[in-house]
Amino acid sequence: MELFRIRKDIPFMRHALVLNAISTLTFLAAVFFLFSKGLNLSVEFTGGTVVEVAYEQPADLTAVRQVVESLGYAEVPVQNFGTSRDVLLRLPVREGSTSGEQSQVLIAALKVQNPAVELRRTEFVGPQVGRELVENGLKALAMVIVGIMIYLAFRFEWKYAVAAIIANLHDVVIILGFFAFFQWEFSLAVLAAVLAVLGYSVNESVVIFDRIRESFRRHRKKTTEQIIDNAITATISRTIITHGSTEIMVLSMLLFGGPTLHYFALALTIGILFGIYSSVFVAAAIAMWLGIKREDLIKSGPKKEGDPDDPNAGAMV
Amino acid sequence: MNRYPLWKYLIIAVALVVGGLYAMPNLFGESPAVQVSAARASVRIDVTTVTRVEQALAAASLKPSLIQLDGNSVKARFESTDDQIKARDAMERALNPDATSPGHVVALNLLPRTPAWLASLNASPMYLGLDLRGGVHFLLQVDMPAALQRRADVLTGDLRTALREKNIRHSGVSRSGQTIDIRARDAQTADAARTLIQDQFADLDIKETVEGTDYRLSATLKPEAAQLVQENALKQNMVTLSNRINELGVAEPVIQQQGADRIVVQLPGVQDTAKAKDILGRTATLEVRLVDETTEGQAAERGGAPVPFGSERYPERDGQAVIVKRDVLLTGENLTDAQAGFDDTQQPAVHLTLDAKGARIFRDVTRENIGKRMAIILFEKGRGEVVTAPVIRSEIGGGRVQISGAMTTMEASDTALLLRAGSLAAPMEIIEERTIGPSLGAENIAKGFNSVIWGFAVIVVFMCVYYALFGVFSSLALAFNLVLLVAVLSMLQATLTLPGIAAMALALGMAIDSNVLINERVREELRRGASPQVAINTGYDTAWGTILDSNITSLIAGVALLIFGSGPVRGFAVVHCIGIVTSMFSSVFFSRGLVNFWYGRKKKLKTVSIGTVWRPDGTPAPAKAE
Repeated sequence: MELFRIRKDIPFMRHALVLNAISTLTFLAAVFFLFSKGLNLSVEFTGGTVVEVAYEQPADLTAVRQVVESLGYAEVPVQNFGTSRDVLLRLPVREGSTSGEQSQVLIAALKVQNPAVELRRTEFVGPQVGRELVENGLKALAMVIVGIMIYLAFRFEWKYAVAAIIANLHDVVIILGFFAFFQWEFSLAVLAAVLAVLGYSVNESVVIFDRIRESFRRHRKKTTEQIIDNAITATISRTIITHGSTEIMVLSMLLFGGPTLHYFALALTIGILFGIYSSVFVAAAIAMWLGIKREDLIKSGPKKEGDPDDPNAGAMV
Repeated sequence: MNRYPLWKYLIIAVALVVGGLYAMPNLFGESPAVQVSAARASVRIDVTTVTRVEQALAAASLKPSLIQLDGNSVKARFESTDDQIKARDAMERALNPDATSPGHVVALNLLPRTPAWLASLNASPMYLGLDLRGGVHFLLQVDMPAALQRRADVLTGDLRTALREKNIRHSGVSRSGQTIDIRARDAQTADAARTLIQDQFADLDIKETVEGTDYRLSATLKPEAAQLVQENALKQNMVTLSNRINELGVAEPVIQQQGADRIVVQLPGVQDTAKAKDILGRTATLEVRLVDETTEGQAAERGGAPVPFGSERYPERDGQAVIVKRDVLLTGENLTDAQAGFDDTQQPAVHLTLDAKGARIFRDVTRENIGKRMAIILFEKGRGEVVTAPVIRSEIGGGRVQISGAMTTMEASDTALLLRAGSLAAPMEIIEERTIGPSLGAENIAKGFNSVIWGFAVIVVFMCVYYALFGVFSSLALAFNLVLLVAVLSMLQATLTLPGIAAMALALGMAIDSNVLINERVREELRRGASPQVAINTGYDTAWGTILDSNITSLIAGVALLIFGSGPVRGFAVVHCIGIVTSMFSSVFFSRGLVNFWYGRKKKLKTVSIGTVWRPDGTPAPAKAE
C-alpha cells in the first residue's frame, strides 16, 4: 500500500506568500481573541474550589443551581461533566473561608436537596498557588523556546532556529486562540499539552530542515525555492503518516479518556494539525525569506560533501 | 552490512528479559489486605506482632493468603474484601483491647499481588497516584515568618535574662518583627551588651545605631541560623503531622516536603476530608490548667465525691485521676520547645520554652499560685491525659520552665516528646486540597488504559497493513517500548497518574514517528533503485540523525515541564521524558536488531517486505519489493 504517489516536486513555495498571509490573519485573530475574550483559566490557576458530584439519575441542573445560589454564590457555573449524571461546580475563592470548607458546606446543602448525591472529587487551590503556576508556566515556555533555539542554531543555523520557533509559536498562539474563542477550560494538563506540542512540532520542522540540508548537497543546480519544494515533497508522506499515528493516539484519548483528558487531547489535536501546516508552509517559508543558502550549511569543505550523515554537518556556522 | 555483532543481540536480549520482568508485577493487580502499624512510638512491631495477628486470625477462623512483616508494619493479604473486613475487626479486637487508647493502627489496604519470586527481585508495580486510587491530597504552607518570630521571641527572653545576670543596665529589650532591639543610654552599656551577644548568642548579627543620646543595638538572626530555624520548623511540623495522621488509620500516608516551606500530605483511600482536615489542622493539643485543690476537688480526686462544678477529671498516665479547673491558662501554641535534661541537683527534668506571651501569662500565674499544683494536659484523639502535675515552687519568669522531681531520665524524655508532639513549630495553612472518590479513581484507570490500548491497536493494524513485515517489526518495537517504559517507571517506583497515562499514550504516538521515518527512508532508497540490503542500511543510517534531532527537541520541552511543572504536570513530564529515551532505544536499536536478525543473513536478498514501493515512472525496479 502506498498512499502518496507524487511524480514531481509539489511547488509548495509558490503559494508561500498567500499561505503566510492566511497564517498571519489566523494568528492575529487568535491574538485578538486571547485579548478580547481571554483564557478560561481553570481553578488551578485562578484559585477557588471545584466540586464534582454524581447523581443516580440525570442531574437536575436547575435544582442544583438553586442550591448553589441559596448559599450566596452568584453566577457559579453549574454544568454537566462527561455524562448527564455528573455535575461540575466551580466556586470562586471566598474571603475568610480558607481550604475546602466551601465544598463541605456545598455538599451538605446538596445532600439536603437530593440525598442520592455522591461526591466524586473536590479540588481547592489557594490563590498563591495559582500565581506560582502562571509564573512557572511562563518560565517553562521560555525555557523550551530558548532551549530549542539554541539547539537548532547549533545543529543547523540561526535562520532555521528563528524560522522554526516563529512557526511553532504561531501554533501555540493558535491553540490558545482556540481555547479563548470557545472558552474551553485551560488547565495545567492543557498547558502540558501545549508545551509537548511545541517540542513535537519543532521536530517536524527539524525533519524538513534536515531534508533541505540534504537537498542542498544533492542538487547543486536547484534554486533555494526548488530545494525547499523538493525537501517538503520528499518528507510529506512521512509527515502525514507520523502525525496520523500520533493523532490516532490522541483521538483514542479524546474518545476513551473521559472528560479529564478531553481538553488535553483537544489541545494536542489542534497542535498536531497546525504543526503539520506550520512546518510545511510557515517554517520553510520563513527560512526562505530569511535567505537560507547552500553556503550556510555546507561550508566545511569536501570532507563533509561525501558524508551526508555526519551528525555535525552544519554545526560549524 | 546488516548484521549485528553478538553483543548487540545480547543487549537486546537482556533488555527484553529485564524489561519484561520488571514490567510484569503490574499485571497481577491488587488484593485486599489489612495492615497493622504502630500508633505510638512506644509500640514495637516485630515478630511477636505477627504471631498475635496469626492467632487472632486463627481464632476468627480466617485464612490469610500471606502474612508478612514489612519494615514497621505487618501486612495480611486476603482473597476477598469480605474476609478483609472481618479480619480487620478481629485484629482490631485482638491488638487494641483498650479501644480508648489503641496502640496499633489497623487499616484496610490494597497490596499488589506480586508473586514472591518477582518480589524477591525487588520488582514491584508502579505506585498509583491519588487520581487513580482515590483519596485526599493536601498541600500545606508553613508560616515561616511566624516560626522566625517565635524564635526571635525566645531569644528576646533569653537575652533579657542574660543581660540581667551580667548586670548590664539596658533601657529596654523588645522585639519588632524578626529583629530584637536593645536600647542603652551610654556607649559602655552598649559595648557590654554587644560583647555579651557576641559571646553567648552566636546566632545573632548585631547592628548598632545611635539615636540622639540613645544607643540602639538591632540583633537579627543570621541567615544560616534562620535557615536552620525554618528547617527545624518544617521537620517538626512533619513529625507532628505524621503523629496525627496515625490516628486516621491510613495504610500508606505520604508526608513529604515540597520546596522550602511546604508539606504535601496524601492519604490514599481516605474519603472523610472533614475529619482528616480536623486532625491535620489541630493546633492546640496541649493545655496548662490549675489543679482544683478545694476540698470538693480533693474529695473527687480520691474518688467517691462528684467532680465539682467548673472542674473536670482527667487521668494521669498511671491512671490516677486529677481534677483540674476548666479555665485554660496556656495552650500548646505558646510552647516553643520541650527538652529532657537535668536540673541543678542533677535530677532528671523537662525544660520547657514558652514564647513571650506564654512567658508573661506563666509568670503571672505562678506568682499568684505558689505552693499550688498546675497540670499540663495533652489532648490526643480527643481525650485528655495529664502529662504532669507539678507543684509551683516559685514565680517563674522569662518563659523558661523546668519540671522536675520524682522522674527517671526515661520518663523525662517521654514527657518532652509528648509535649513536643502536640505542638506545631509554626502554623500551617492548607493552600491546596483535592479529594478523589474511589469510583472516579477506578474509572480513570479504565479510561486511561482504554485510550492506550485502542490507540496502540489501531496504530499496529495500520503499520502492519501499510509497511507489511517492516510494520510488524515497528509494532514489535512499539510494544517493546511500552514494556520498557512501564519497567523503568516500576523500577523508579514512580507514581502513575492519569496525566502520566496520557503521556504514555502520547509517547507511543510519538515513538512510532521514528519507525515511520526509517521505513519511509528505506522505501525511498528502494525507489531510487538501491539493493534491499543497501536500502535497509542507508535508510536506518540517514533516519538516525533526524530521529535524534526530533527527540532532543521533544526532550527539551519535557525537561522544561519537569523543572517547572508541579503536581499533574510533573507526572506527565516524567513519563514523557522517559518515554522519549526508551523510544530511541526500542524504535532504532531494537527494531534494527529485528530487521538484521530477519534479513541480515540473506546475502542474495531480492525483496524486502515493506509494502508497495511505488515508482513514478512505473518501470519495474531492479529489486522488486513485496
